[in-house]
Amino acid sequence: MEETIQLQVSGLIKKFGEDTVLNGIDLSVRQGEVVVVLGPSGCGKSTLLRCMNGLETPTAGTILLDGEPISAGDRNITRQRQKIGMVFQSYDLFPHKTILDNVTLAPRKVLKRPKAEAEADAQRLLERVGLWEKRNAYPRELSGGQKQRVAIVRALCMNPEVMLFDEVTAALDPEMVREVLDVMLELARQGMTMVIVTHEMRFARAIADRVVFLDGGVIVEQSPPEIFFTNPRTQRARDFLQTFTYENRRP
Amino acid sequence: MFDLNITEETLLEAWEIIRTQFPLAIWETVYVTLLSTAFAIVLGLPLGVLLVVGEKDGVLPLPGWVMKVLNVVINLLRSVPFLILMILVFPLTRLIVGTVVGTAASVVPLVIAAFPFVARLAESSLREVNPNLVEMAQSMGASPLQIIVKVMIPESVPSLISNATIAITTILGYSAMSGIIGGGGLGKIAINYGYYRYKYLIMLAAVILLILLVQIFQSVGTRLAAKTDKRS
Repeated sequence: MEETIQLQVSGLIKKFGEDTVLNGIDLSVRQGEVVVVLGPSGCGKSTLLRCMNGLETPTAGTILLDGEPISAGDRNITRQRQKIGMVFQSYDLFPHKTILDNVTLAPRKVLKRPKAEAEADAQRLLERVGLWEKRNAYPRELSGGQKQRVAIVRALCMNPEVMLFDEVTAALDPEMVREVLDVMLELARQGMTMVIVTHEMRFARAIADRVVFLDGGVIVEQSPPEIFFTNPRTQRARDFLQTFTYENRRP
Repeated sequence: MFDLNITEETLLEAWEIIRTQFPLAIWETVYVTLLSTAFAIVLGLPLGVLLVVGEKDGVLPLPGWVMKVLNVVINLLRSVPFLILMILVFPLTRLIVGTVVGTAASVVPLVIAAFPFVARLAESSLREVNPNLVEMAQSMGASPLQIIVKVMIPESVPSLISNATIAITTILGYSAMSGIIGGGGLGKIAINYGYYRYKYLIMLAAVILLILLVQIFQSVGTRLAAKTDKRS
């Protein structure tokens, strides 16, 4: 199989004032690959995703999508962003728009697609996540899990080449986590290129082609999931995984 | 000082004045208020948008000196007391309307006084928009203009309506003050009869009507704002 590098991060450094959040990240994501980024909170996972979408301007380094740079403030940025779908922890649906308007707004206004065409796409995708009948509802009428599924559909309606997920289940009640993760698993099966930041370890293991472990702003370890979760190569990864287990904790 | 001696004769006299002069006065007040508010919004809303999007980390950053000039001009206009502003803008009023007295002439100082106020109100409404929504739109590749027109303004409609209501009631108060320079309406009646001729009853009636107008504008505004709010 030909391996096309879709997203290429090189020497990425991001500082907020004196604070170095990312300190030299090199990462390439192949087409159709699912990369899960793990790491303790504050390790720079979210910042990495935000840089990939041009929401943060890197202090140094480059990010290429299909060989073309992504950098905030660039004239190119809006066109590049259209190829990257991003889903945030807080859903961020437009509260004053119906579900259908939420998911068709960007295709219609940004991509200038005809209304009927955008709505047909929206119908196909909303039906896939079981929410077509909610099309005329407002976001407040939906549960957290439903909102997050709509947010994923909204990103998919732009026909992105890459999807970025930033802790999309972190704000959900446990029983709603599953319905969102199932949608993501389905996407991965269909060959979507995905970069996922999550704290759901078992989900990470199920979906990842590769696990990237980030700590202190650098990539400490990159492994296939079966190796990372059973026999991590670094002590820091072992310590990190230890915090998710409760075995051998009883006195 | 006021003639509080209420007799059948004074009541009849008051009623005669109310009957003959109030309908036109109410109409003039409403028309001047709505017209001035409309102009103030046309000038003030875009300014309010600029104040928010033009900031360093806004969606359409403008040069720092532009923002400084905008802020200084708005603050300057807002610091001049309306009574003095009315007289200060006489040359401009004469240029636009051709005269400095009368109902039409009172619209000019009202707009000049109100649009910086409207700009500040619009600014505060737009700042209430969840910054994540703006970021969301940016991440989907929306242009600054698309973000302003399709996200920031639609998402702040309830707040913009509440603030427009505040603007209308404030402008209504100002319009009454313009009775001093011959602006028509209930304000002129209250000043002419109450202040110059000590006809307390007439002034009281004018004031009650002004209060009623404020109540009507306010309740319509509150209801509209609640109706457009889809958040809760």
